[in-house]
Amino acid sequence: MPTVHSAVLAAEDSAVEGIDLLIPAWYDIIWSSVVLVIIAIVFYKYILPKFQAVLDERTEKIEGGLAQAETAQAEAAAALEEYHQQLQEARTEAAKIREEARAEGSAIVAELRTKAQDDATRILETAHRQVEAERQQASISLRADVGSLATELASKIVGESLEDHARQSRVVDRFLADLESENTAGVGSNGQEG
Amino acid sequence: MCPLKSGTPDPDPWESPLFTLAAPLTVVASAEGEGGGFHAPSITDFFPPAIFFEGTIFEFNRVMLIRVIMTILLLAIFVIAARRAKLVPGRFQNAIEMILDFVRINIVGEIMGEERGRRYVPMITVIFLTVLTFNISGVIPFMNLAGTALIGLPVMLALWVFVTYWVAGIRKHGFGGYLKANLFPPGVPKPIYVIVAPIELLQILIIRPASLAIRLMANMVAGHIMLVLCFSATSYFLFEAAPALKAFGVLTFAGGFAFTLFELLVAALQAYIFGLLASVYINLSLDEEH
Repeated sequence: MPTVHSAVLAAEDSAVEGIDLLIPAWYDIIWSSVVLVIIAIVFYKYILPKFQAVLDERTEKIEGGLAQAETAQAEAAAALEEYHQQLQEARTEAAKIREEARAEGSAIVAELRTKAQDDATRILETAHRQVEAERQQASISLRADVGSLATELASKIVGESLEDHARQSRVVDRFLADLESENTAGVGSNGQEG
Repeated sequence: MCPLKSGTPDPDPWESPLFTLAAPLTVVASAEGEGGGFHAPSITDFFPPAIFFEGTIFEFNRVMLIRVIMTILLLAIFVIAARRAKLVPGRFQNAIEMILDFVRINIVGEIMGEERGRRYVPMITVIFLTVLTFNISGVIPFMNLAGTALIGLPVMLALWVFVTYWVAGIRKHGFGGYLKANLFPPGVPKPIYVIVAPIELLQILIIRPASLAIRLMANMVAGHIMLVLCFSATSYFLFEAAPALKAFGVLTFAGGFAFTLFELLVAALQAYIFGLLASVYINLSLDEEH
């Protein structure tokens, strides 16, 4: 067996022992370094920075998105606030307008009432005046009647002797009584002169 | 070994060495000596004949070719992803970003914290992806060998980590301060320093980088050996062994299948561990107290 073994190993370029596994050959070290350096350079210079850039960009985008969302939310809140304020203002305005309308309405009512009162007063006044005018007219016409009555009375007085004051007044009283019984229209003491 | 060929079911001569660790070399030697048959995995798998520049320090062999192809693959995927990187990621970009985020958050961020770790994220990312890529080539058909199974690459990665944590420590504490913080951890009784200090020195000088490199390499070598063992045994059982033994082929194929999945797990796990430990070592250098 040992002869076969050594023969095979001799066929190989160099004898291979177990310890060779642990002792790197120069060519092994050189080629290992070459591939390692190539891998390291490509990763350090290109691949990792590229991925880092993408990663950073993604982070930035996400943060930007969040900030944007925040801004949008703030804007929405501001808009809502403004809307509320406007609503409040509108309500106040409406209340004011209503109040004004009510005041105006009551003013109109008051005015109308005053006007009605005035009208009423005026009508009443007119009525009074009319009554007064009629009364005066009546009085005038009465006065005219009194004239004629006085003339009649005078004729009657002439028919009788008016000696004394007592008689005279008796005559007048009788006349007046007659007058009253004939005419219900109150003339009274107006016709004593004449 | 002739009885195997003649078809007599006598698995003993090769089955016992198959499962002992020292054996593969002997087996491959004898098998190849017979000119075919069972190809057992061996250390020579990791030292294939040169393709170019044979005998020089630039010797280029199958392992180097695998590394170059995997490098191109890795860079192609990530450069395309980076070139197409958009603000709103697609499915492909999402997957790539998930990997980068995994390193940034779950490895560096967890260990160092976001603030302190930011500086080291690119380095750990490169280490993680390099290890992962080269590990995975161990289960890719026609490559079938992890780029990290040859010690050179793990050593260079470990060296990078080593330099980084020394520089980080010295920049933070000064050379003396860094050594003092590491060799004489506070809270230890004075006489114990006689024992602790050399051990700690050994730690930061050799053990940490060496364990990083060897752990990775050994895992990949072991994975390769297990896979080759399973699949070459399957091939042997199905096509060359006696009919009575063909059933074993199914068994070894199932084993190979399981180990392929296991190797995928190990590939990712080792990349994770390498990145994680690199972060831990750098972080230890930056800590106020050891």
